[in-house]
Amino acid sequence: MRNAIFVIVAVLFLSGCPAQPPKDDAAVSQQDTDGNTASDSAQTGKLDGTNQTEGSSFVAGDEPYRKDAINDATSPLSQQTIYFDFNADTIKEEYRDLITWHGRYLASNPDMKVRLEGHTDERGTREYNVALGDRRAQAVSRMMMFQGATNKQIDVVSFGEEKPVALDHDEASWSQNRRVQLVYEAM
Amino acid sequence: MMIKQSLLITLLMLWLSSAHAILDVEITQGTEDALPIAIIPFSWSGTDKQPELNWSDVVSSDLLRSGRFAPVPENELLSRPQANEKIDFNTWRVGSIDHLVVGSVRPAGDKKYTVQFQLFDVYKGEQLLGYSLTTDMNSLRYTAHHISDLIFQQLTGQKGAFNTKVAYVTVKRELGFATYKLEVSDTDGFNPVTVLTSSQPIMSPSWSPDGTRLAYVSFENNHAQIYTQILSSGERYKISEFKGLNGAPVWSPDGKKLAVTLSKDGNPDIYILKLSDKSLQRLTKHWGIDTEPAWMPDNKTIVFTSNRSGKPQLYRVNSAGAKPKRITFDGEYNASAEISSDGTKIAFVYKDNSGFKIASMDLETGVIDVLTDGPLDESPSFAPNDSMILYAEGERAALAAVSSDGRFKQRLATKDGEVREPTWSPFLK
Repeated sequence: MRNAIFVIVAVLFLSGCPAQPPKDDAAVSQQDTDGNTASDSAQTGKLDGTNQTEGSSFVAGDEPYRKDAINDATSPLSQQTIYFDFNADTIKEEYRDLITWHGRYLASNPDMKVRLEGHTDERGTREYNVALGDRRAQAVSRMMMFQGATNKQIDVVSFGEEKPVALDHDEASWSQNRRVQLVYEAM
Repeated sequence: MMIKQSLLITLLMLWLSSAHAILDVEITQGTEDALPIAIIPFSWSGTDKQPELNWSDVVSSDLLRSGRFAPVPENELLSRPQANEKIDFNTWRVGSIDHLVVGSVRPAGDKKYTVQFQLFDVYKGEQLLGYSLTTDMNSLRYTAHHISDLIFQQLTGQKGAFNTKVAYVTVKRELGFATYKLEVSDTDGFNPVTVLTSSQPIMSPSWSPDGTRLAYVSFENNHAQIYTQILSSGERYKISEFKGLNGAPVWSPDGKKLAVTLSKDGNPDIYILKLSDKSLQRLTKHWGIDTEPAWMPDNKTIVFTSNRSGKPQLYRVNSAGAKPKRITFDGEYNASAEISSDGTKIAFVYKDNSGFKIASMDLETGVIDVLTDGPLDESPSFAPNDSMILYAEGERAALAAVSSDGRFKQRLATKDGEVREPTWSPFLK
């Protein structure tokens, strides 16, 4: 029921408000190994969808949501990791636009699918972390559906703390491991 | 040439027959009131080669690992009386040794053996136990553990758990690829058997109450799925594969149901899955996280972790629709409860300023005992006799065990790779 409402809202939203493309000067850092860098540079505010007036054309070309944009290093859509705070499933401000754009990308490419892989750092118990990773991935999924992505396009899996990208026992590693990774596939 | 070959074959056979332990046990904290006991090497009275087992070593190691005994190291034994020989108890009294075990092994035809042992009270100069057991080539370690069980029960009044098993998950990372294995071994790390190998994570093994099956979570094909597997045949059954989370399977005490966590209805909640027809009953319904169910012995009440108050805490609920009752209040992270087999205590993960530790709580009084030092301890599992709690040290990726009173600690290290999620089996038939 809740999903149905989301879809209706999303359709209204999309019809009244054409997709805002990501901007070329967006300082979205590439997905480097340092989670902090990714979030810091994404915090510059240039990604804010409301800040369109200083915008220009897309580096990625005139069709920001064209199918291969997710593989284009110059497109913000090539950033496919969203980082979280410890024990939190709230999407941080600096990732809202990124998720919005991915949602619109899916809406524009109904034959594309994404698997949202939720992950946590190693602290806390394993099954609780699987649940936490699930909540993180579900939060991203809801934002994407709000932009017109459909239930069928989104698969959610949480690995909890089982698949870390960094193996040290410190915040530098933990901040990289608390993430939702977007894995695109053609249907 | 012939000689070389037969030598090679002999060496191979020796190598194959000397079982190896996958875990090395290191006592990290002993207790002063452990009972001194001397276990004399068992004598062999056959004419041919004796079976490849150091009986007294297996029994000594078992008793040492229990934390309740201080066996005399073999090279410090004061004398070596043989079975049926008159024992000079004074020698042992002087050495402050409370108990003495002597034994013998003799062939009983067709790869069978008779093992006799006696347990003596040194101060009274009396025999407390005397057994004659028949065993075969393939059951030598089993029989040795059985002797440990008999001695343990006689001297502590508690049933021994030396002939039980442990399931755990290992991870080996090589060249950016991980290999996950679900394994089962004896509690001393011998006889490891791989139950499942996967390139994707394996999690949360849970024993069926009769010890014949494991339930677990496998992420093969990038989806969480719950399986049960018969250990003797390797046959496995996919039990749950809903959209989203399928996790935390725990077998009910009557063996007929699994408590599981599913997020198919929007977010992680606890369900009871009936194994006969896979029907589901939803036990919790909350917008927060509800997971890590554990069964009370009444086959009805579930203790689980929920963040409904903002932080993970433990709750108890006894039927669908009932309001869960919060049972932990101390600390900001209490999770992953395991219930003792007598139902009086829970072991769980407790966080304080220096990290995540294993704690136990008396369910009647609510008194909490923090048993370990952290910083990333998790996955507590009670021995079937409730005497010890096995757990994982996350930082070292090793297993460890602590006595239920927290006084005795040991570490069980693997030779390579990471080991995690130890789960002690029930008593086996």
